[in-house]
Amino acid sequence: MKHALHAEWTKQRTLASTPWLLLAAAALTIIVSAAAAAATRCPSGACADDPAKVSLTGIYLGQAVVAVLAVMTVSGEYGTGMISLTLTAMPRRLTVLAAKAAIVTGLTLITGAIAVLGSLLAGRLILPGHGIGPSHGYPALSFSDDPVLRAGLGSVLYLVLIALLSLGAATMTRDAAAAIGAVLGLLYLFPIIAAAAGNATVSRHLEQIGPMTAGLAIQATTGLGSQPISPWAGLGVLAAWAASALLLGGALLRLRDAN
Amino acid sequence: MTAATLASPRPGRLDGDDGFARLLHAEWTKFRTVRGWVIAVIVAALVTLLLGVYTGARSQNGCPYGPCHFTIATGPGGEAVTDTYYFVHRPLTGGGTITVRATSLTSVVETAVTPQGPARTQAALVPWSKAGLMITAGTGQGSRYAAVMVTGGHGTRMQWNYTGDAAGLTGGVSAASPRWLRLTRVGDVITGYDSADGASWTKIGAVTLPGLTSTVQAGLFATSPGYTQQVSQQVSGGSSTGAPTDATASFDRVGLQGGWPGDSWTGTSVNGGPKSISYPAGTEAGYREAGGTVTVTGSGDIAPGVVGASPIDQTLAGWFIGLIAVIVVGALFITAEYRRGLIRVTFAASPRRGRVLAAKAIILGAVAFAAGLAGSAGAIALGIPLLRGNGNAIYPTSTLTEVRVIAGTAALTAVLAVFALGVGAVLRHGAATVTVVITAVILPYLLAAAFPVLPVAAADWLLRVTPAAGFAIKQGIPAYSQVAGNYTPSQDYFPLAPWAGLAVSCAWAALALALAAFLLQRRDA
Repeated sequence: MKHALHAEWTKQRTLASTPWLLLAAAALTIIVSAAAAAATRCPSGACADDPAKVSLTGIYLGQAVVAVLAVMTVSGEYGTGMISLTLTAMPRRLTVLAAKAAIVTGLTLITGAIAVLGSLLAGRLILPGHGIGPSHGYPALSFSDDPVLRAGLGSVLYLVLIALLSLGAATMTRDAAAAIGAVLGLLYLFPIIAAAAGNATVSRHLEQIGPMTAGLAIQATTGLGSQPISPWAGLGVLAAWAASALLLGGALLRLRDAN
Repeated sequence: MTAATLASPRPGRLDGDDGFARLLHAEWTKFRTVRGWVIAVIVAALVTLLLGVYTGARSQNGCPYGPCHFTIATGPGGEAVTDTYYFVHRPLTGGGTITVRATSLTSVVETAVTPQGPARTQAALVPWSKAGLMITAGTGQGSRYAAVMVTGGHGTRMQWNYTGDAAGLTGGVSAASPRWLRLTRVGDVITGYDSADGASWTKIGAVTLPGLTSTVQAGLFATSPGYTQQVSQQVSGGSSTGAPTDATASFDRVGLQGGWPGDSWTGTSVNGGPKSISYPAGTEAGYREAGGTVTVTGSGDIAPGVVGASPIDQTLAGWFIGLIAVIVVGALFITAEYRRGLIRVTFAASPRRGRVLAAKAIILGAVAFAAGLAGSAGAIALGIPLLRGNGNAIYPTSTLTEVRVIAGTAALTAVLAVFALGVGAVLRHGAATVTVVITAVILPYLLAAAFPVLPVAAADWLLRVTPAAGFAIKQGIPAYSQVAGNYTPSQDYFPLAPWAGLAVSCAWAALALALAAFLLQRRDA
């Protein structure tokens, strides 16, 4: 396993795209979060906005970049034929997948932590000036506040789980474009179809099982009752999606020929 | 190995229409022989269609306790209307004129509805409360009419047949600053006038109400729509608070000329009881006549109907799944050639790279249009009747609008597929292309409309400038300026007009293609 990890780390590290993708994931998350905070205004001081959630809006975009990174870890090897070499050198295919998962988890943890810290900092600086701050009765965005800590930590874990889900999907489909299309479709389509369902019960169920809608419940710090699912249970739903994708991907990796 | 060194040995035969026709044929062959792409496009159409039918067959939103059938009041143009007001009227036979002076218009709104205490009312300014003169074919729902009126916050206006609206004098009405109103009927033509002094009259508009019977009802009316205030787009998909209101107007100097056979006024609460739920607690409809002054109190609205039903794009949810499949195919149509090196052969055979891109765009656009058309036509033509049959209220929509929604959705599918092709030719990487296109197209729509996490101003801005602007083509009913409504993206109202929105998406596709054509000429294959 140690060798497998070392090999995967070397591959990931020496790819020209890796640092750019990590930078893009963090930068886009922070930029979109700051823009969302800047666009939110509450002159009356009595709005339904959740300061932590608004500050973490960038995750909606950042997760797409994280998904690309994870997908390319697997699909890139299929695209170039490198996978044959990898699996010849390391015939224990599940070990390869586990090593890839470990590397992707580590990279996403670091990038996600930077993205989340930057986003919350931007929200903490911008939101009070727009009527959403301690002077209007909102709690300050601070990790000493347990729900905010949960939202921040949870968002980092959310990104990790999105990366693992993408890794599993890429192992299943092997083609990068199809994998990323499937992952983004899975993430973004649940809420769209839920909104169009026109039936409150069906919408709620769809939001409870959708990987993004359920997973991002972790960002809620106010109005938990109006969320489709409780924060940690929501992250659990996403974890179930990620685990299923990895298991199915691992099974297919073992069963199929390598190309 | 550049294309220059592989320039075609048969340059003459590549010129002209014949060359381009062969190029189209080559690209079509490439498309139809990749089994995965063909399956993806067919699945895209099928998912759109089947999910539309499923939505129609399953949804029983209106009546949780069994089947029921809503009837939506429709106006002369077939559109949904709301038509509730208090009317003090008498018959008018043949031609005639009615003139009146309005001296006040006040409204009350119900407040403080709590389980503990009784509801109270307080004076309020309801911008679209209205009172004035009306000539109508009858008091049945959706009758043809024309009216001149004073309003709470939009000055004097002439309105007709629910959707028609023209502005007259500005400013409110009071005893110090009264408003004179006049309606004249000649045949089928009704003309509205207003005046500040009763001496110099200004024509606001003249409308033809075809097929008006000889005897119509004419008189004074008052009505006031429920007060709504947008609270937040975030809370349960765009909530608003509402409260019942009513309007009370005073008129004097009533003057009648022409054929008025009756000798007294009749008060009618049109399409609603005098104490129906649209009235604030403790108030009721009615009129008083004392010393030449008529005071009329009413509640409701005479306007296009914008609440309580679903638009016809209700069954198009599955189209988004299909759209993602089509975007992936569009991206792969060019990036797969780069990955497999086929692009060098393609450019060797056809060195004019811009034409290759054009041929690809035409083939892809045509295929995506066909898939989008099959899917959306099926989803709407089969799903909507099923929805109606299950007792769901659907806004009546003209055939032209229905065609626009169906064909527009197909066109948007094609435009976004071509956008993906252009981005793919620029980026030359499948996963990057799919990510860029989906986050540029689906994500703005998601954040602005479907799962609104952004404030309305930011949501409107996103739906104006991003490729997601094209989703406006699906909007089934228009936003009416004469109805105070929750016109936000989450309620299916887009900031741009349908074709303008599609044009923005087209501009993005054109930009991507132009950049791709430029880079194809500049870069090695």
